Amino acid sequence: MNVYDIIFYLFAAITILSAFFVVTTRNIVYSAYYLLFTFFGVAGIYVLLGADFIAMVQLIVYVGGILILLLFGVMLTNRITSVEIRSGSIHVVPATIGVALFAGILLASMWNTEWKSVDTAAPAATTQNLGFLLIHQYTLVFELLGILLLIALIGAASMARK
Amino acid sequence: MIYDFFLKITGSNILASIIQSLLPLFIFILPFALFAVWLERKVSAHMQDRLGPMRVGKHGWLQTVADILKLIQKEDIVPNDADKPLFNIAPILVFVGSYAVFAAIPFSGAFIGSNIDLGIIFIIAASGFVVAGILMAGWASNNKYSLLGAMRSAAQIISYEIPTVLVVLTIIMITGTTNLATLSEMQTGHFWNWMIFGGPNFGIAKFIFIPFMIINFIIIYISTLAEVNRTPFDIPEAESELVSGYHTEYSGMKFAMFFLAEYANMFAVSAIVTALFFGGYQSPIGYLGNLFGAHWLIPIEQFIWFTAKGIFFVFVQMWLRWTLPRLRVDQLMAACWKYLIPIAFVNLIIIGLITVL
Repeated sequence: MNVYDIIFYLFAAITILSAFFVVTTRNIVYSAYYLLFTFFGVAGIYVLLGADFIAMVQLIVYVGGILILLLFGVMLTNRITSVEIRSGSIHVVPATIGVALFAGILLASMWNTEWKSVDTAAPAATTQNLGFLLIHQYTLVFELLGILLLIALIGAASMARK
Repeated sequence: MIYDFFLKITGSNILASIIQSLLPLFIFILPFALFAVWLERKVSAHMQDRLGPMRVGKHGWLQTVADILKLIQKEDIVPNDADKPLFNIAPILVFVGSYAVFAAIPFSGAFIGSNIDLGIIFIIAASGFVVAGILMAGWASNNKYSLLGAMRSAAQIISYEIPTVLVVLTIIMITGTTNLATLSEMQTGHFWNWMIFGGPNFGIAKFIFIPFMIINFIIIYISTLAEVNRTPFDIPEAESELVSGYHTEYSGMKFAMFFLAEYANMFAVSAIVTALFFGGYQSPIGYLGNLFGAHWLIPIEQFIWFTAKGIFFVFVQMWLRWTLPRLRVDQLMAACWKYLIPIAFVNLIIIGLITVL
């Protein structure tokens, strides 16, 4: 067990525990802040996997963007912070079937994947290769996704003006 | 490199990394904050034809130490209706966010906290934690002034991040790197190799770049000024409207942490501007170490140059604070969305075209 193992388990624990509290806590602002730690833990795991660019984008988009917007929404909405969130159990049978199916798919994919568990040197930076791939091999998909995002932005702006 | 040095002394890479990560805090941020608070008071005093603090030490240079001693002794007040866990975590989160930025700042050729490939992107990402912490402080205080201040601050930081990132993109386009240490190395030699003077490549493109780089520099300086909530963009803590913004309810050491984070942020954004446009830690005129053949001197000189450039921009921030009046909220947003972002976009396109041609 070297340092990186310890760091991995630390980040994994942060992610799982905070994700658990996101769904169980009754205060919606607390949920949002537990989500911050979930995103942080996921970003840490990305770094350990050698996906440095994805980790940074995770932080920029989720912590710097989505989470802040979420907090804005929660804090600006009148009295939402004192609303009692309903968290009883309804529709137990369909929920159990759904969760069991999902867990089955996850476990099956975990067992059937050949995990690379070889110790490698510190992974090289990925940004440059990623950029080349996006501009050379996947140009069309990349551009289409960009246009899709632009359409979503314009749509949101025009809806907000009404 | 400093890390190898500590590795040799301690013999353990965990201990060496811990020492390495604590270095900027104890060697740099704490002394800098002491100095900057004193400087701020002195600059403001002299601009208003006063003397400023004069009692403690010569020209009051120990005033901040005395203030810190006072802050430590103060009672730590938590309002009854405040949300206690969030109220206590918020100052830590804000400080963590601003301290994380220092991990990627190249202080000299021999010291950079973590020489990651995505240095500048990491800095932008880490500042997200500051926003979350400020919102947390404002909400947990359970005070309408705090919440309003936090809202304004978050809206402002998010809006002004866009022109900052656009300017950073132009730099990435020209140099092809996001690593701040490489970027600083590229601007070596003399001051005409700095990015503000068109970068290290000599040719026609260099001279065409100069006006656009100056516009770029002005945009990033204005928007980073707004990101650290300094005047003329200090509407989050506008004293005449909001008491003191998101840290109204804080006292004692928690207040001191917000204060420390604010001054750390001021230096951090100055350091980013320095590293992007003004050669980072590179000397503008050459090194004494090369002149005397003493190469161990060069990293120390680089550190001094870097700090001097950073503190110069911090001084300009203070200068602006005591010169310009505060903007209104709508003027602030208009300045960002109607002027800075379009100009930054046009700049991005033009520089992209020049780089391609």
